[in-house]
Amino acid sequence: MLLIHCPYCNEERPELEFRHAGEAHIARPTNITAISDEEFTQFFFLRDNPKGIAFERWRHMHGCGRFFNAVRDTVTDKFVTTYEAGQPRPDLPAGGENEKGAGK
Amino acid sequence: MAKATMAAATGPLDGQVAGSALVSIKPMEPASRLAIRARPDAIASLSKVLGVKLPQAPKTSAQSTAAKSRQRVALWLGPDEWLVIDDGNADLMGICAKAKGLYSAVDVSHRNTSVLVSGKGAEATISAGCPQNLSLDVFPVGACARTLLGKTEVVLYRVEEDVFRVECWRSFSTYVFAFLAEAGQSPMI
Ligand SMILES: [Zn+2]
Repeated sequence: MLLIHCPYCNEERPELEFRHAGEAHIARPTNITAISDEEFTQFFFLRDNPKGIAFERWRHMHGCGRFFNAVRDTVTDKFVTTYEAGQPRPDLPAGGENEKGAGK
Repeated sequence: MAKATMAAATGPLDGQVAGSALVSIKPMEPASRLAIRARPDAIASLSKVLGVKLPQAPKTSAQSTAAKSRQRVALWLGPDEWLVIDDGNADLMGICAKAKGLYSAVDVSHRNTSVLVSGKGAEATISAGCPQNLSLDVFPVGACARTLLGKTEVVLYRVEEDVFRVECWRSFSTYVFAFLAEAGQSPMI
């Protein structure tokens, strides 16, 4: 079974306890009423869906219940690292990083 | 308040027994329970009024040592979340009302019910449906965690080396009990 490190439980836990929760680091525009429909569409509906390194939100649903962020390779399904919600994107070890997939 | 005739609480698993030579599986008596979410500034005050120190380390629990709250235990569920269980049916909501700071306490006494799994085959019986590593060095006595048993979410608490408390939602309890009963027929030890 795939083990995922929860940054709040500080332990690797079985994947069954977790849920994927979409792309990470998507900031809601502060001027939401002023932006155009196209800009809203970009923020609200469009996701990168990269092949390779992806920054994702995960939730330790059947554990501590917390949301956190994870860096995962969508090709190998390997978790590169996980970190607490609200933290900036971590520096990744050299090699295997796909800039295009790293999002905006 | 006027004196009312109180109906006795009944559990959803009353009267059921299961197990084998290696493990005993039985429903526990009704208990009072509190789901607590608290900011850091309320933890000390809550711990004081409850008579049990809310644990801050993941997967840990704390048992009360005070005489009047000896049957009380606080389980860490998340960074700001605890499950407090009192097998003496104390009025936990009333006790909590005296605490200071920002927190929420929800009485979940009747939402949950618990099954006590004990004996040499206890760990193996639960491992039949729980994906966590329950070996003694990783899940020691006193360890607790919200996790899964089969298809349901449970809170697992290792009371003693060979004794586990399985807390589950009342509506899931017949499934949980049946699952444990089947796994307990021949625990893989
Ligand atoms: Zn966790």
